[in-house]
Amino acid sequence: MTQLAEKLEYLQYPFVRYALLVGVLIALCSSLLGVTLVLKRFSFIGDGLSHVAFGAMAIAAIMKLTNDMPVVLLITVISAVLLLRTGQRAKIKGDAALAMISVGSLAIGYLLMNVFSKSANLSGDVCTTLFGSTSILTLNKTEVLACAVLSVAVIIVFILFYNKIFAVTFDENFARATGIKAGAYNLIIAVVVAVIIVLAMNLVGSLLISALVIFPALSAMRVFKSFRSVTICSAVLSVICALAGIVCSVITGTPVGSTIVAVDIAAFALFTLAGKISGGKRI
Amino acid sequence: MALLTCSNLSLGYEGKEIIGNLSFEVNEGDYLCIVGENGSGKSTLMKTILGLNSPLGGSVTTGGGLKQTEIGYLPQQTDVQRDFPASVWEIVLSGCQNRQGFRPFYGKAEKALAKMNMEKLGLTQLSGRCYREHSGGQQQRVLLARALCATQKMLLLDEPVSGLDPKVTAEMYEIIKELNEKDGITIIMISHDIEAALTYADKILHIGKSVFFGSAEEYKKTAGAFTSAKGGARE
Ligand SMILES: Nc1ncnc2c1ncn2[C@@H]1O[C@H](COP(=O)(O)OP(=O)(O)O)[C@@H](O)[C@H]1O
Ligand SMILES: [Mg+2]
Repeated sequence: MTQLAEKLEYLQYPFVRYALLVGVLIALCSSLLGVTLVLKRFSFIGDGLSHVAFGAMAIAAIMKLTNDMPVVLLITVISAVLLLRTGQRAKIKGDAALAMISVGSLAIGYLLMNVFSKSANLSGDVCTTLFGSTSILTLNKTEVLACAVLSVAVIIVFILFYNKIFAVTFDENFARATGIKAGAYNLIIAVVVAVIIVLAMNLVGSLLISALVIFPALSAMRVFKSFRSVTICSAVLSVICALAGIVCSVITGTPVGSTIVAVDIAAFALFTLAGKISGGKRI
Repeated sequence: MALLTCSNLSLGYEGKEIIGNLSFEVNEGDYLCIVGENGSGKSTLMKTILGLNSPLGGSVTTGGGLKQTEIGYLPQQTDVQRDFPASVWEIVLSGCQNRQGFRPFYGKAEKALAKMNMEKLGLTQLSGRCYREHSGGQQQRVLLARALCATQKMLLLDEPVSGLDPKVTAEMYEIIKELNEKDGITIIMISHDIEAALTYADKILHIGKSVFFGSAEEYKKTAGAFTSAKGGARE
């Protein structure tokens, strides 16, 4: 019990509270585009990109950059744009190309880290990049600031383009017919996804990002029936799950990423049940 | 004054032509039905008129104060929409996008327009309800209301009654007829149902192996040459 109290005392330190804040912001923006990604069958892009981000992180690591975020961000955004292009041109070939890129990045990333890393704890480093830090508290001050700024930018872009994103996601042909530059918005979506992935990597690691993006949206879709209510619900749910996960991981000492995802999964089960019981109540 | 002029259109994908040398005009207040066998390129033609596909050759021009982005479009249903969480209101309102420009949020005028069109199609009660839980006929009316938000002048309907039962089909045809007669909206409709086309439309465009463009009466007279499609083209 004293141990527990001791751990909760962490929360008094401003730095810990910043970390919590960043966790919440990241969870919030990663959930925003979940519905769009699921419904536009873009979720595969999110998955592939997270592997690319892993490769980028490995490159940044061997370049011994003190701040790897700009490099990782740049590589991931460029890959997002390229993937979207190939994916649109030929559906099936696009999928295969994506699989190649994502598995390739994983392999090359690990290889590079193995060959060049002087770190004494290589498998620990790899594990951290794949599954997230054991604790979000290891983020340094610049990273915390960068995360906060990027998260706020993502949220603002999402709110400003909310109606256009809805139109493009619901019916791209109609949207284009009425003069919406669907290509441009798809590009915006891809870039935002790339930013979210780089952000979320700090919280849950590259292998678990898709969970953070997709679970809240899928949960919300079980119960809510309008785009706005689904979006709001998945944002709120994601934040609650992230908070619960972070606090839980601080208390029990479990890895933060997988704890958050475990909470997300529990919430999904709960919402599935709720959706079955309410029998598609119209909200 | 022609609202829409297609001249020497050649349509196809990746350089392979499906229809060539297609020319016709649509005037204000017309009710044009496009008929033809499956795969003859009807949807492709419609998408080209809307600027979604670019023609291999020829041109589509709009006139009489009609902009290409001010055409209302009722597409053939796509898969994505079936499990999409969206309320009727959100969908109808999204038809106002072409008035939005770069403004991020809908204003009073857009909301009033959406309300009016929902009332016109008897959707007011369903406003907050979920789109995917409605019957096929109601869904088509929702999409029609959205299309009406996008236009004052011209509607393009791609098989608006496919998959609907006979009663709902008749209702849909009546709604479209009323939009044409009362509101003076020009209609271009793709249909499999040649009888309905001859009943409601005043002009027919038949595409396929042989091409016909003219009034419904003329089309009836030349029936022998084209009605082979009548039995064969129905799904
Ligand atoms: N995106 C596409 N890429 C290549 N070919 C297509 C595409 N869409 C349709 N087609 C082909 O073009 C032809 C005409 O299709 P479509 O315009 O949908 O016909 P209709 O609506 O008259 O049934 C068909 O043979 C179809 O296979
Ligand atoms: Mg068609």
